[in-house]
Amino acid sequence: MEKTWNNKAWFMVLPVLLLVAFSAVIPLMTVVNYSVQDTFGNNEFFWAGTEWFSELLGSDRFYDALWRNLAFSLIILAIEVPLGIVIALSMPKTGWGVPLCLVTMALPLLIPWNVVGTIWQIFGRSDIGLLGRALTDLGIDYNYTRDPFAAWATVIVMDVWHWTSLVVLLCYAGLVSIPEAYYQAARIDGASRWAVFRYLQLPKMHRVLLIAVLLRFMDSFMIYTEPFVVTGGGPGNSTTFLSIDLVKMAIGQFDLGPAAAMSIVYFLIVLLLSWVFYTVMTNYGEGER
Amino acid sequence: MSDVTSTIAVPTRRARASVAGNSRGSARFAPLIPATYILFLMLPIYWLVNMSFKTNEEIQSRFTLWPENFTFRNYEVIFTDPSWYNGYINSIIYVALNTGISVAVALPAAYAFSRYRFLGDKHLFFWLLTNRMAPPAVFALPFFQLYSAFGLIDTHIAVALAHCLFNVPLAVWILEGFMSGVPKEIDETAYIDGYSFPRFFVKIFMPLIASGIGVACFFCFMFSWVELLIARTLTTTAAKPISAIMTRTVSASGMDWGVLAAAGVLTIIPGALVIWFVRNYIAKGFALGRV
Repeated sequence: MEKTWNNKAWFMVLPVLLLVAFSAVIPLMTVVNYSVQDTFGNNEFFWAGTEWFSELLGSDRFYDALWRNLAFSLIILAIEVPLGIVIALSMPKTGWGVPLCLVTMALPLLIPWNVVGTIWQIFGRSDIGLLGRALTDLGIDYNYTRDPFAAWATVIVMDVWHWTSLVVLLCYAGLVSIPEAYYQAARIDGASRWAVFRYLQLPKMHRVLLIAVLLRFMDSFMIYTEPFVVTGGGPGNSTTFLSIDLVKMAIGQFDLGPAAAMSIVYFLIVLLLSWVFYTVMTNYGEGER
Repeated sequence: MSDVTSTIAVPTRRARASVAGNSRGSARFAPLIPATYILFLMLPIYWLVNMSFKTNEEIQSRFTLWPENFTFRNYEVIFTDPSWYNGYINSIIYVALNTGISVAVALPAAYAFSRYRFLGDKHLFFWLLTNRMAPPAVFALPFFQLYSAFGLIDTHIAVALAHCLFNVPLAVWILEGFMSGVPKEIDETAYIDGYSFPRFFVKIFMPLIASGIGVACFFCFMFSWVELLIARTLTTTAAKPISAIMTRTVSASGMDWGVLAAAGVLTIIPGALVIWFVRNYIAKGFALGRV
């Protein structure tokens, strides 16, 4: 759509600007302020320069949390994206199955995140949970509070349970936009099922898939509540992701300086990712239209 | 002549048969995949609902797939104890406040982004997005200090304003997506007919994007409802949300699993009730209005 150049449009954006500035810019400035100062209590602050940043970037704790978080994000993407595509491809296109699938699949997306954690905490317990009990009865030693592998498996399966539907719904939205005539053309050309997927459905899903991957990557990169409720970051530090580590530092130990420095580094990473997301969202969309 | 038609017709017929056979073959098994997936989704929810109707004694001593002593006691506890049901009221108050504020300020902004180009519009749009993507963990501590300074800790408005951080950008993006689908000629015709901007916006434009407003409200409601970290940090007692209250079911006699499960079930219900109305827009909402 052709847009007119009109700087008065700023007045319409102003309320949003003020509100978000209040809830984003002022807090961020506080963080910047703390990240370069040291305190010994009593609200007395001393200039610390880049001390906290060099401490953070030289500490294993930060890198451990970062790699753990990256590994988590990549694992859930590797599971959720192919699974989401397969489910979206096999979903019904017409009839009573469509609303049924859409509603039941979207349900986990609307559950409060700590309740998702609670559900899986209960579900996985070997004394009262269905999953934990079943695994124990099968002779598998499964205890997510003791065994790091079980904790990781639980957190990953929980995320797959929680968010695969997002990939499914997005892919499905891409699939139903393919006109029936395309399939007829493919049929006349004698295209195999794989060829239909590879040369017709996948290119049509390309854009929504990209959005799904980016959204899942970013949201899993700031995951906090669900693993916190289930494992509390443990056993040991094995499921301590970036956000959990940051909250531990900022609110648990009240280490303002290091926590602020970590917030800024964390935020810069997110900013970079947002930029990739934005470029994809806007430029790719223009090419399609 | 007949030769030509036969050479063309034969591969076509074979191809059609093979594709049809293929699709028939996969069609037989296709419903199995979504069905299995839905089963996987429903199992943990079933277990939660199952537990919420059991007594604590049954939960801890016996392993039953269906409550033997069917009881409403867990729900009774929640509906009679003010410290429980106030949690729901608190949550609903700040979620409603947040939804109202977010959509009200997002409407004119989304209109500006969808209709006009202005100085710094793209940067502003991007900056809004970064707030949707910002980790709440980064903001928890500064929010606490900011709202302490204004004496707003433990009030509903504090949580409502804090949640604007990610809900206002979300509402702007979703509404912009819907508004861009409305042809610009409608605006121009209305101006020629002598409508003032506010009257045009309320009388003509808002009804046109009613579904978009509904979807934006739904997603603001949802993301405010599911968030825990900021809501928990900013409240102590008077405005404590249900999700934070759920973390304290440990009593002298051990975990009160039944009440915890019942509280969990009650938090799922609002989402489950409205999901039907937005089922066709869920993908669009999650993708920030960009599908």
